[in-house]
Amino acid sequence: MNSLNRRRFLQAGATLAGGLALGVSLRGRTEDKSGSVGAPAGPHLAYLVRIEPDGRVIIGAPNPEMGQGVKTSLPMIIAEELDVNWDDVLVEQMPLGIKRDSEGNLSWLHVGQGAGGSTSVSEGWQPLREAGATARQLLLQAAADSWGVPIDSLSTERGTIVHSASGRRAGYGEFAAAASALPLPETPPTLKSSADFNIIGQPKPVVDALDIVTGKAEYGIDAALPGQVYASIERCPYRDGSVVSYDDKAARKVPGVIAIVPIEGPAPDEYFTVLAAGIAVVADSTWAALQGRAALKIEWDPGPHSKESTASLREQMVAAMRQPGQVVLDDGDVDAAWANAADQFEAEYFVPYVSHAPMETQCCVVHVREDGADVVAPTQSPSGASRIVNRLTGLDRLSINVHMTRLGGGFGRRLTVDYVAEATLVSMAVKRPVKLQWTREDDLQHDFYRPCGLHRLRASLDEQGAPTGWRHQLASPSKYYRRPNVKPEDMWKPELYTDDPPRRLLENVQRQYYSMASGVPRGSWRAPAHYANAFAVQSFIDELAHRHGHDPLEYQLALLGEPRELPYENHGGPVFDPGRLAGVLKLVAAKADWGEQLPASRGRGIAGHFTFGGYAAYVVDVTVDAGELRIDRVVGAIDCGLAVNPNHVIAQMESGVHDGISTALRLEITLEGGRIQQDNFHNYRMASMRDAPRVVETHIVDSPHPPSGVGEPPISPLAPALTNAIFAATGQRIRELPIADQLKG
Amino acid sequence: MTTFTLNGESFDFDGPDDTPLLWVLRDHAGLTGTKFGCGAGICGACNVHIDGRTRRACITPVSAVAGRTITTIEGLGAQQLHPVQQAWIEEDVSQCGYCQAGQIMNAAEWLERVPEPTDEDIERYQTALCRCGTYARIRKAIFRAAEIRRQGAVAVVEPEDPEAAS
Ligand code: FES
Ligand code: FES
Repeated sequence: MNSLNRRRFLQAGATLAGGLALGVSLRGRTEDKSGSVGAPAGPHLAYLVRIEPDGRVIIGAPNPEMGQGVKTSLPMIIAEELDVNWDDVLVEQMPLGIKRDSEGNLSWLHVGQGAGGSTSVSEGWQPLREAGATARQLLLQAAADSWGVPIDSLSTERGTIVHSASGRRAGYGEFAAAASALPLPETPPTLKSSADFNIIGQPKPVVDALDIVTGKAEYGIDAALPGQVYASIERCPYRDGSVVSYDDKAARKVPGVIAIVPIEGPAPDEYFTVLAAGIAVVADSTWAALQGRAALKIEWDPGPHSKESTASLREQMVAAMRQPGQVVLDDGDVDAAWANAADQFEAEYFVPYVSHAPMETQCCVVHVREDGADVVAPTQSPSGASRIVNRLTGLDRLSINVHMTRLGGGFGRRLTVDYVAEATLVSMAVKRPVKLQWTREDDLQHDFYRPCGLHRLRASLDEQGAPTGWRHQLASPSKYYRRPNVKPEDMWKPELYTDDPPRRLLENVQRQYYSMASGVPRGSWRAPAHYANAFAVQSFIDELAHRHGHDPLEYQLALLGEPRELPYENHGGPVFDPGRLAGVLKLVAAKADWGEQLPASRGRGIAGHFTFGGYAAYVVDVTVDAGELRIDRVVGAIDCGLAVNPNHVIAQMESGVHDGISTALRLEITLEGGRIQQDNFHNYRMASMRDAPRVVETHIVDSPHPPSGVGEPPISPLAPALTNAIFAATGQRIRELPIADQLKG
Repeated sequence: MTTFTLNGESFDFDGPDDTPLLWVLRDHAGLTGTKFGCGAGICGACNVHIDGRTRRACITPVSAVAGRTITTIEGLGAQQLHPVQQAWIEEDVSQCGYCQAGQIMNAAEWLERVPEPTDEDIERYQTALCRCGTYARIRKAIFRAAEIRRQGAVAVVEPEDPEAAS
């Protein structure tokens, strides 16, 4: 095949039923591949496009579905170029597909299959369109050969090939077998112009909607392998603590208990394989495992972090910030800006540790066999799952099958695969398929928490109150804690994004970081550091505006200035256009009657933010009555480029609204004596219907730009829009999250 | 041995009396639509109907349901989609979808008692938690389900009304 130069390499082949199957890979060449896993051997789930002789169109959903809608939107992209009726398409979740070339390098078999950083749609956009278009091209070629007419004389109409000169028509299924025998076209086929889209850009419902509402959809907790046993693990409640001794006599007497398996804790200072030392109880049912676990007697060594508390961490931050921090950005001359300022203002903001708390706690099924392994897991990182099984067992990567169920929420928690590691270790010990089930207590007490942080912002202002210099200092325990190959001087990188505004909007901008010590494992939580930074920056801008009597919207628009493309090297770049941020702010303001006079005790706040290529803004309306907060209305606007599935863009904005509210109102993880104090939803109180605004509106900017992700951009601006509204209603500035009972006085 | 009626059929459970109904349904009856969320009666992911009332299966020992009638999400629309399930599809409520069985069981029960719900009713009775934040669509879907039920009722009283037949 003459396709060595093509960056994207398409694979085609026959399905078992003689239809056409087509995959697409970003790298690699089939002729020298020495093996793969996740390719069709039997039911050919791994193929992106499958057309059976009876005309059925089956499209693979390559990426994990955790509620962000990619099981619908990615197949929509393929279906568009393939030119089929969306209603006729069946969508199937694909397993992890990887392959090895003759040099031993592993690569994706089809497309990248993770879910993180809001990249599924933006990265899949081009290759998935090419996959659909190539399949269509092969079908056209097969029809042209069969009918003896030039391919140019043929067209397609939603699953049908048409020869308009003769009026001849036939369904795709008739040519599926012939098409599968054809060589791939040497140049990528022409893609549709966006004006011709009839699936992309149309609101489509969730593909699994019926299965979900009837209880048939499969999640990790529902997965089962034949002969499986059930495991539950009692883990050390202290970070890096260990098991001194344990007594399992009572546990072994619980009917149904099969085995007790000690799990070694993570090596100090190494990245986490599992999160904690513990004792696993293996039984013939979930309840027996839980009962056996309750009967264990374990003595823990509390380890090196047993003195840590929320208060001690805060003291550490305050003490550190008395000194200058590590300067990670230094544009212009902030010192000169302070010296020449007509006015100056400084404020501190705090965000706490929070937990991901997906509704489905961690769980998975792993079977380690002599010659391979099977993993069925709700994971955002199927390749991470494959790697950890390989590391723990030594099994070849290509002998490890990883199947993804739907995820009962992810939010970044399932980028880590510690629970897969645990199930693997237990399966190795008991030599059977092991279904591991975490309780809610396990899940809240053992997480890769979103870092807490103390932000100090300072601005110099001119006579009119416009900013001339800006400094942002942040003290936090970095998400990069214990990551391999991260130098201490790079710990700031996931916490402060150097290119975020107001960089390049103001001449003098400085950012400083203070890396804090904490034994708490940290990880990516929806939009990572954008949540905290947007809260600090968008609150501060509101404070600056009010300080000199300016309207907060006008003040921010003046700061953003004209539309233009500024370089943006952090994730979500390569450009940041302040005009697009101004655009969502103006849109949301117009839709929410910004500037309208409100009765006493009511207030309206605005905030916007750029996250991972997407621009989002909210106007929040609140009533605060005798310290009781009611969120009356949230109006949102998003510019995510082309909205592949507007229905899910709206759903993700609604999700950002409620997740934003939930996290701002009450959620925090606190520590005392080295232990996390929250252990279920009674003391980690996420928002309920009582907290939900009665009116939630979303407006999507009609944008000429290619699609960005939409999973993360919607969350960051919510909290500051809410606290800015509280300020408008009460004059009380919320600088610490969660809001909790700060309004009660 | 505990015997109860499960989605219209008799079911025998031959295990410890203190086993929560949730795990009996999931591990022994093979009905995995009912979910585990907290195990503490807070989140409602495990909502089922016991003798027609919403109950948290995670804190209900199986011994407490001897002789009683249980409906799970699998049984709710077994013959034909329940108006609440239909409304959930029409409003496209689900994100991750994990909490939705519990949400639907929750709504299906109290809508029987409160056929014309207000916002206050929804905030009072719809107690199941959703981590993904589908509350805006749950609210809409409850209003829609009430509408579907009303139309159904109208169809019985005034069968000639062409609107009601749709
Ligand atoms: S699992 Fe039963 S209420 Fe949460
Ligand atoms: S839809 Fe995910 S928890 Fe409700």
